[in-house]
Amino acid sequence: MISDWQPLLLTFKLASFTTCILIIVGVPFAWWLSSSSLRIRPAIEAIVSLPLVLPPSVLGFYLLIAFSPENFFGRWLDQNIGLHLAFSFKGLVIASVIYSFPFLVQPVQSAFKSLPRSLTEASQVLGNGKVRTFLCVQLPNIKPALLAGTVMAFAHTVGEFGVVLMIGGNIPGQTRLASIAIYDEVEALNYQTANFYALVLVVISFLILLSLYIVNRQDK
Amino acid sequence: MIQAQVKKSLKGQQGDFVLDISINIQQGEMVAIFGPSGTGKTTFLRCLAGLEQPENGMISVFGKVWFDPIKKTNLKPQERKVGYVFQDYALFPNMTVKRNLEFALPANNNRNRVNELMELMDIVDLENRKPDTLSGGQKQKVALARALVAQPQILLLDEPFSALDNETRCNLQDEIIRLQKIFGITCVLVSHDVSEVYKLAQKVFVLDNGKIKESGEPAKVFSHGMTSGKFRFTGELLEIENLDVLFSLTVLVGNQIAKVAVMPSEAKSLKAGDRLLLVSKAFNPMVVKL
Repeated sequence: MISDWQPLLLTFKLASFTTCILIIVGVPFAWWLSSSSLRIRPAIEAIVSLPLVLPPSVLGFYLLIAFSPENFFGRWLDQNIGLHLAFSFKGLVIASVIYSFPFLVQPVQSAFKSLPRSLTEASQVLGNGKVRTFLCVQLPNIKPALLAGTVMAFAHTVGEFGVVLMIGGNIPGQTRLASIAIYDEVEALNYQTANFYALVLVVISFLILLSLYIVNRQDK
Repeated sequence: MIQAQVKKSLKGQQGDFVLDISINIQQGEMVAIFGPSGTGKTTFLRCLAGLEQPENGMISVFGKVWFDPIKKTNLKPQERKVGYVFQDYALFPNMTVKRNLEFALPANNNRNRVNELMELMDIVDLENRKPDTLSGGQKQKVALARALVAQPQILLLDEPFSALDNETRCNLQDEIIRLQKIFGITCVLVSHDVSEVYKLAQKVFVLDNGKIKESGEPAKVFSHGMTSGKFRFTGELLEIENLDVLFSLTVLVGNQIAKVAVMPSEAKSLKAGDRLLLVSKAFNPMVVKL
């Protein structure tokens, strides 16, 4: 049996990068959404949730078009920052961040919303600014939702197929993720190799989810 | 002196109304805002704390202007020196009792203040407990202590005892009286409980539909200017018993059950569940010191 670990390692590298970026971008964004009274908020919420309902290929298709050096955005990136996003690992990271965004933002946003308003107000009255209130009062009190969101975003990135196939293709070591490798091996009738990748994904995904539920149970 | 004029339109259960009140409070005074729920009591308190903004008015505290739309002054809650005890206590669940208090310390303040307050309030034993593990009365004490940590100029109490049983409530009311004597802090209490206002406040403002209906000393306001020579209690009739010559009424007054005897003619129109007013001459009652 050929046990090439590269696609699996690449998958977890992608998921780790994606999750880190998501936490840095998504948590403040979720906080902003939960406290914003902007008129256009429903529209923003709808856009953020789009990846939940759209076929991944749709998102992948539009991202591919956008990243393509043939088009304005792709050309601009290429000429100004020297960034080629189509069929590259960086492109995969950006696509995954967009695709997994609602999995982190939604639970965190609803947790922020369901925090009693008096907690935030108490912190303000006690003389604490927005940042300290956010870091010391709001964030620690949504820990279970934050953990769940992080794990779900990670697991969801591991499970991507459509988006990464469209945007990344199948370049070994760069964009050949485990999910794509499985598809590829099955097409080539290498059922054993496909089974190896698939089994590893099943076991690791199960372990990730299991640890999440164990941690959340201990919290109570 | 604290001067507070607050005007703000509110949505009430019986339609929209305008909260429009003007109150002066002397330093060191404990005043109560009294009235049924939904009359803007809490909103007034929140305006004082800067958690809500009045549409019009002026708030000045000991010579410093906190809110004045003409001069475009509106201090943030962080800049107003208030202690606020929330109805749900608003203790931070992720912090221990001690951390909750320390979180209120201004950056360069010494930590002794926290220890002193914990000793004063008799909550030293609780210092490492999380709020979830405390009883209602303990939470209330911690919330009070936390509100006092930063040495506020006014202490705002929003229905502070509404969720507590009678005995705990009584003890905590005594506690507030004691603390107010120690710190001489100006307090504004929001309450819909006559006995609480009577016990704690030196002055009461009766709020009705956003306007002040009456104000003055609680004793005068609640007895409407004349001290009566009678005991008057309202109660609920639990049971009527026919004793042939007389009828015995079992009445719930407060949380005490009293039995009184009445003539059959008086009992005729009564049935269990009726609200009653019991009046008795207060001449030469038995008075026992507790």
